[in-house]
Amino acid sequence: MQLIDCPWCGPREEVEFHYGGQASVAYPETPAELSDREWAEFVFYRDNPKGPFTERWSHAAGCRKWFNAVRDTRTYEFLATFRPSDPEPAVLRRDEEVSA
Amino acid sequence: MTTQLPDHPDFLWRNPEPKKTYDVVIVGGGGHGLATAHYLAKNHGITNVAVLEKGWLAGGNMARNTTLIRSNYLWDESAAIYEHSLKLWEGLEEDLGYPILFSQRGVLSLAHTEQEVRDSVRRAEANKLNGIDAEWVTPEQVKEICPIVNISDDIRYPVQGATYQPRAGIAKHDYVAWGFARRADEAGIDLIQDCEVTGFTVDGDRVTGVRTSRGDIGAGTVALCAAGHTSVLLEMLGVRTPLQSHPLQALVSELLQPVHPTIVMSNAVHVYVSQAHKGELVMGAGIDTYNGYGQRGAFHIIERQMAAAVELFPVFARAHLLRSWAGIVDVTPDASPIVGHTPYENVFLNSGWGTGGFKATPGIGWCYAHTIAHGTPHPYVAPFALDRFETGALVDEHGAAGVAH
Ligand SMILES: Cc1cc2nc3c(=O)[nH]c(=O)nc-3n(C[C@H](O)[C@H](O)[C@H](O)COP(=O)(O)OP(=O)(O)OC[C@H]3O[C@@H](n4cnc5c(N)ncnc54)[C@H](O)[C@@H]3O)c2cc1C
Ligand SMILES: [Zn+2]
Repeated sequence: MQLIDCPWCGPREEVEFHYGGQASVAYPETPAELSDREWAEFVFYRDNPKGPFTERWSHAAGCRKWFNAVRDTRTYEFLATFRPSDPEPAVLRRDEEVSA
Repeated sequence: MTTQLPDHPDFLWRNPEPKKTYDVVIVGGGGHGLATAHYLAKNHGITNVAVLEKGWLAGGNMARNTTLIRSNYLWDESAAIYEHSLKLWEGLEEDLGYPILFSQRGVLSLAHTEQEVRDSVRRAEANKLNGIDAEWVTPEQVKEICPIVNISDDIRYPVQGATYQPRAGIAKHDYVAWGFARRADEAGIDLIQDCEVTGFTVDGDRVTGVRTSRGDIGAGTVALCAAGHTSVLLEMLGVRTPLQSHPLQALVSELLQPVHPTIVMSNAVHVYVSQAHKGELVMGAGIDTYNGYGQRGAFHIIERQMAAAVELFPVFARAHLLRSWAGIVDVTPDASPIVGHTPYENVFLNSGWGTGGFKATPGIGWCYAHTIAHGTPHPYVAPFALDRFETGALVDEHGAAGVAH
């Protein structure tokens, strides 16, 4: 179990949190004009990188707010957590340091 | 001492250097890759084939799964491919000429709520219509089939009945892989370990070969069988799929006397258990929720799974946990696999088996080999094409068939 740094509450245990998948998937601006392919992309397709991934978490058993995190999917280490209104922080890409 | 030990057995396959080019290059030497190789040779006479494995043969999910085999899926499309596979399992030992310890001890899928009861009865009836052996059993019948299940009604999620498939079972996963590997090798197929595919050489909408940690290898056709790593490979080709890779954990207890004669699954409380041939209790749970490639998972998942197991099987309270591990499984939005064409005309896709692809091993090997040999999907895999997420023709097995494995 690891500590996750809620941007509002500070570090809390992983069991308090709920995973929400890839961050910043915006609802289409012109839904009526989307092709089937574009709808499929919006509804079903998400990135699946091996390495740093920007994703959503909610502090379900705490402040119940959603926030964003950059987490390395190879080591599961949280490289940063931040409020959705904040810009994505530049985090160290650890490609050299982490063995695949 | 050493003189008393038996001779080291002959190796089951050669360890060849990669050739410059092959008619078919299979990426991934797990169960699916090896079964595909076997049926390419056996059913289609195609033997200028290489299986490239980045680690050691069948050391991925094939070595990590809990080996449950069943075919009691709800939808016709799933029932067809999984039942085809189960029939192949029933003759596999003979086909491979190798022991696989296939033990048809049956599976009970418990229902704990009224909704689960309705869904389960519906599934059993759908199974019967598809010629699959399945029945609905009462809590008392559950107790007869597996006496150690707690069917009292004062637990948090009392057992309200179960579906039962008597032909379901387990097999020894390593032996299955080695049996397929030996047959493929005998047919002249090169099994190349320690050979990671790191890129592709492309000419228009055709791939001409793969780049590997052991040099470039030309390919007439490329067949992906990389389970949890499919997205990583396809990213190199600029192809997107709706796959997400997650850790899936399992664990075993110390060796026990035979206490558990069948397989018991429970989706509501999220644990499933069988007893291995040697005597360990083998237990699995659901996936860890977050994406990951680390081949490990979080401890609280194991804690929850053990709590559920002890409530359902009070006799497990004294069992010691021996070891736990994780594999990386690729899950899809409708909990069904993605098999067939990619935008590259000579690159085929076999992925998205998620938590339940071991049982499909002979079946998908058979159908994928056909797909590669003919250049068109075998009828059993045609419904699982990538374009279903665009057309909306999903095969939604989520919850319907017990997707725990
Ligand atoms: C804990 C656990 C329990 C499970 N329990 C069950 C169960 O009870 N019943 C069931 O039906 N299914 C179960 N599964 C699912 C099942 O194991 C998988 O669906 C199935 O094994 C996937 O097919 P495969 O055997 O080919 O995959 P794998 O054995 O994972 O094969 C893929 C191979 O590709 C290799 N590879 C990846 N990338 C590259 C590359 N770039 N170059 C070369 N090689 C590469 C990997 O090293 C790996 O060996 C379970 C899985 C896990 C993890
Ligand atoms: Zn909080």
